[in-house]
Amino acid sequence: MSFWHQQLAGPTDPARDAGWEDPPPRKGFFTDTSICIGCKACEVACKQWNGIPMDRLGMTGDSYDNSISLGANTWRHVAFVEQTTERIETARESGRALVDLGMPALRPQGEPLPSATAQRLSRATPGPLPLGGPGTIASGSGLAAADGGSGCGCGSGSGGGCGGGAPVGQVGPDVTDLGAARDAAELAAATGTLPDFRWLMASDVCKHCTHAGCLDVCPTGALFRTEFGTVVVQDDVCNGCGYCVPACPFGVIERREAPPEAEAKYVLDVEHGIAQKCTLCYDRLGVDQTPACAQACPTTSIQFGDLADMRRRAQERADALHANGFTEARVYGANENDGVGGTGAVFLLLDEPEVYGLPPDPIVTTADLPDIFRKAGFAASAMIGLAAAAFLGGRR
Amino acid sequence: MANADCVVIQGSNMAECHPVAYQWVTEAKARGAKIIHIDPRFTRTSAVADKHVPIRVGSDIVLLGALIRHVLETGSYFEEYVRAYTNAATLVDESFQDTEELDGIFSGYDPETGTYDMTSWGYDSAAGDDHVEQSSEREGDEHGSSRKERSAGDEHGSGGPSLEHAEVERDDTMQHPRCVLQVLRRHYARYTPELVERTCGISADDFAYLANALTENSGRERTSCFAYAVGWTQHSLGAQYIRTAAILQLLLGNIGRPGGGIMALRGHASIQGSTDIPTLFNLLPGYLPMPWAGRHDDFDDYIASIASPRQKGYWVNADAYAVNLLKAWWGDAATEDNDWAFAYLPRIDGNHNTYATTMGMIDGTVEGYFLLGQNPAVGASHGRLQRAGMSNLKWLVVRDLNLIESATFWKDGPEIATGEMKTEDIGTEVFFLPPASHAEKSGTFTQTQRLLQWREAAVAPPGECQSDLDFFYKLGLRLRERLAQSTDPRDRPLLDLTWDYAVDEHGEIEADAVLQEINGRFLTGEKAGQMLPMYSSMKADGSTSGGCWIYCGVYADGVNQANRRKPDAEQNWVSAEWGWAWPDNRRILYNRASADLDGKPWSERKAYVWWDEEAGRWTGHDRPDFPLTTPPSYRPPKGTAGIEGLAGDDPFVMQADGKGWLYAPKGLLDGPMPTHYEPQESPVANPLYHQQRNPARFVYPRPDNPSAPSAGDPGSSVYPYVFTTYRLTEHHTAGGMSRWLPYLAELQPAFFCEVSPELAAERGLENGGWATIVSPRSAIEARVLVTERMRPLRIGEQTVHQIGLPYHWGQGGTGAVVTGDGANDLLGVTLDPNVAIQESKASTCDIRAGRRPTGPALRALVEDYLTRAGVTTTTGNVRRHVDAVPQASPTPEDDSGDSDGDGGRYDEGDAAAGSYPADPREDEDEA
Repeated sequence: MSFWHQQLAGPTDPARDAGWEDPPPRKGFFTDTSICIGCKACEVACKQWNGIPMDRLGMTGDSYDNSISLGANTWRHVAFVEQTTERIETARESGRALVDLGMPALRPQGEPLPSATAQRLSRATPGPLPLGGPGTIASGSGLAAADGGSGCGCGSGSGGGCGGGAPVGQVGPDVTDLGAARDAAELAAATGTLPDFRWLMASDVCKHCTHAGCLDVCPTGALFRTEFGTVVVQDDVCNGCGYCVPACPFGVIERREAPPEAEAKYVLDVEHGIAQKCTLCYDRLGVDQTPACAQACPTTSIQFGDLADMRRRAQERADALHANGFTEARVYGANENDGVGGTGAVFLLLDEPEVYGLPPDPIVTTADLPDIFRKAGFAASAMIGLAAAAFLGGRR
Repeated sequence: MANADCVVIQGSNMAECHPVAYQWVTEAKARGAKIIHIDPRFTRTSAVADKHVPIRVGSDIVLLGALIRHVLETGSYFEEYVRAYTNAATLVDESFQDTEELDGIFSGYDPETGTYDMTSWGYDSAAGDDHVEQSSEREGDEHGSSRKERSAGDEHGSGGPSLEHAEVERDDTMQHPRCVLQVLRRHYARYTPELVERTCGISADDFAYLANALTENSGRERTSCFAYAVGWTQHSLGAQYIRTAAILQLLLGNIGRPGGGIMALRGHASIQGSTDIPTLFNLLPGYLPMPWAGRHDDFDDYIASIASPRQKGYWVNADAYAVNLLKAWWGDAATEDNDWAFAYLPRIDGNHNTYATTMGMIDGTVEGYFLLGQNPAVGASHGRLQRAGMSNLKWLVVRDLNLIESATFWKDGPEIATGEMKTEDIGTEVFFLPPASHAEKSGTFTQTQRLLQWREAAVAPPGECQSDLDFFYKLGLRLRERLAQSTDPRDRPLLDLTWDYAVDEHGEIEADAVLQEINGRFLTGEKAGQMLPMYSSMKADGSTSGGCWIYCGVYADGVNQANRRKPDAEQNWVSAEWGWAWPDNRRILYNRASADLDGKPWSERKAYVWWDEEAGRWTGHDRPDFPLTTPPSYRPPKGTAGIEGLAGDDPFVMQADGKGWLYAPKGLLDGPMPTHYEPQESPVANPLYHQQRNPARFVYPRPDNPSAPSAGDPGSSVYPYVFTTYRLTEHHTAGGMSRWLPYLAELQPAFFCEVSPELAAERGLENGGWATIVSPRSAIEARVLVTERMRPLRIGEQTVHQIGLPYHWGQGGTGAVVTGDGANDLLGVTLDPNVAIQESKASTCDIRAGRRPTGPALRALVEDYLTRAGVTTTTGNVRRHVDAVPQASPTPEDDSGDSDGDGGRYDEGDAAAGSYPADPREDEDEA
């Protein structure tokens, strides 16, 4: 029973569970929505690399979002959410409540985060971190630390000045006291730095769950767990049964439909009827390349790396924002004890998950299987027992 | 930008239109910089900025002018920098009169021609009359130009215009009433926060936030930068927008220093390159001016017009730059005896800007047209005018990746649909030729930072596709072959061209060979054949050749320096070994200003280049942009000119007096200091003067180019709303490279207009529904996007609604995944006089719910509006307002005499197409 427990809920190493011997560190994404510029380069790079057909033509009238959601032909999707003060205040309040509830808010540990460019470069060219230059520790002068800006990329928009003192060369300050976050938030509200408008952008992607419902229910083995801990569909094995579609708690995986006739001439001629979703660029990982979306992202809103690292960065980013009063910031998907055992793609959100179309408390649809099996087993034993008793009784 | 402590993005939607460059702003923010976005719309840039400040389009000079006033009145300018490095202490000539004295014009204005005589704008001269030199060009000793031709602004390049000499009167206390600092102070005295509030729609609080952010982040320890794009340039006084920012940044000491500057974000790949090695009518490579017919008959006249031998700085070597260009083009045929083949250069005889060319097509003076990567039927202002022009050509060559609207307008353009044009009546022969895409050719891109980056072709172009370079090379070969036997002297320039480039195994010209020619070579001596190391090695005696002096050094040591790719992790933060920046691989221009008067960095934190006393030379993180061994204390003897004439505290080495110009004694055609005028079409009256519009703008008063009445004039309520045009991340300009691509087309599939909920309520517009937008030029339809990102602004007693229109869609074309009406069809043609750019960021219109009519009913709708508004050719086109306080020369009588406007000499076209009321009515605009 404990084997089933490990595989279907709670913290675990899914690659090992899947039978990989000595797998590489689990890979994943960190999508920092606070610095997303909504350029959709991720959507396009993904389609181009993976040979995905155009999804649909037609203006939705829903801000700048015309691709609507993740699906068989959209493996990265950028949401656009326009909000006025009331909603921002609600988000800030709800985030503060999370902090008050003792949401894990770790102090930064280990190395301070390198700068955005350094992160980008370190992917391409490992080596010492660059970027001395004016305004950094390398150039001396503690001035920036004395009265420098916030180091937040809060996406606060109008009126959202970010105060606070950030040691330079590090994203965000060293958080030593969560009370300071509350104070800063109160100060922010009191001094009117609550913006009157904001436009949230967030690039969504398959979560590559620790406990992936899609994989668990796949009857053909088309869906499998890779050595990187990711979940991939083999389209030549998939029989299009579609069991995986309702099994995903995030609504990510979908069967590819034939395009409408009017659009067919613009659409790549690929197989229809099979289930499709993000592979976390399995073919690129195999040759030590960054997934296409992360490679194309100009602002490092999408970061790729070892999942443990991604989770740490997400938490540090949230802490930095909290310290500057942006209590609306929260990490999504990094909790190993959630309903999917934590996701392989973590997010820094600036509002409640529902606002971005994400489930607030995702639970893998197969989470209850052990219990179901246990109960089914109990029922079966009971029935067998009853039947046996009936026979035995019959002899009496 | 990554080194800035505050970044102000204004006139640019950087995150959307320059998403890759925006990484540096993201970086700056991560380091603690404050990011402020000032824009009519809340865009994706605003979303990631610390603060968005909404502004009324066309009012930026009021805001920037008020910041200048704030800095001057609070004493928060960088005094040492300003006194030493700018012309703040220089005295202005007694005869200069400001707009504040003349109700909206500067002294020297001629209402007949709409031009300025800049004589009175000059510096007060200390040189004395004994220095006067007379030449055919130079009629006096004033620092202002004595030339009246409006072309003057086309004639000087990167270093600004020449001054006769550098001997100027100074008052180092900066208290003299005629010193530049005091002139500035008086000029901007009325640019108060209150004026900002009722002109720009920006609250006093927001203004204070902005002013504090800038002043707190400027000075010795900190620097701020501005970023702008076509939101500043595309106005009838666009050049003055940038001038205003330049004044502010000079006052704050933010020029020539890391994290400072004014970033001109160029539109797309190598637009910077297309002005360095220009595709412009008025420039030769390296910002050398194009010679004028009748004025520059010999080489000496030409050189004298570029720079005076008595001025300071590097332009005194203009003769060497010009000789090297001529040697590169004509080789052995360019000799000292024939003035280096100067006579072979084409001449200009007027302002041949792109709109003048289009009108020339309509008027029958232009017969043929090459379109290379350009789609004017969709991408240029006044699409209807563009298509009318192209339908009146003999031939049109379109080299494009797709069958764009400019190649198919003759069969499926909007005018075919309305019945105004019939295919069988159009005589234009259209040649559609297949080009190579950017991945299929080698060459350089020069980007915003003046950085040249070489790229290799990834794959060979398919089929008969050809790079533009190879196309023109082969065209040249064919022309020369056809003319080979010619004895006509006019064919000599073509036959004598050095047209002997290396070709690859497919017979295609090597881009590398062209880059080498641009860099230049030694022609004689022991180094003969070697590449020139830098532009200072160019000689005016014919012993060297080089196709573009500012690019000299890109092939230094025989190595393609633009092809360097050393990661910045392996070098210092200036990254001098990534690509190559002109001039001489300098990453920040005028960087001597990053050190104080003694040559020490202003602060450790912002150290960049400095004087090394021991070594006796300038050194630093970047290549010093200064004579290397000129010490900070050096003062040239009186009368010394050129490079030796630069004092140790003259950081602006290309300027004729070595100083940064807070006040431009010469060079801008519409004033030595920026002043606010309203756009050609505006619902708001100029709060400063009776003079509503830039009196020196280029107007084209033709029946096919009507303008709407402005600001409460009769008929202005017919076009009550402001519209502004722009681009989206998802598309590329006129759509030739995005609407044909399914992946991009699906992301923004339909032409839409962005309106505020308030305007939607006022006009009954529904989100996702249709709206018709009507301007004096055309009526188009768009899907409606109602969003709180658009905000009505309170301007005095008025509410101004602004409508946003991305311009990527067009009607027609073959094979486009998505089509739609073209926003640029709504725009008219009124131009900035300095650079002839169109005013496409601010115009007026009406908007109504529902789709537009089709067929002939469409023009009937447009004409009904024109009639109701009482529009005539003079509407909006009178240069000097009749109510203006008559001072100096202008009088109301003169004005009405000018009311037909010569519009840059194109009024002969008045008889051309255009069918609204032919009888010009009384000029209601100005009466």
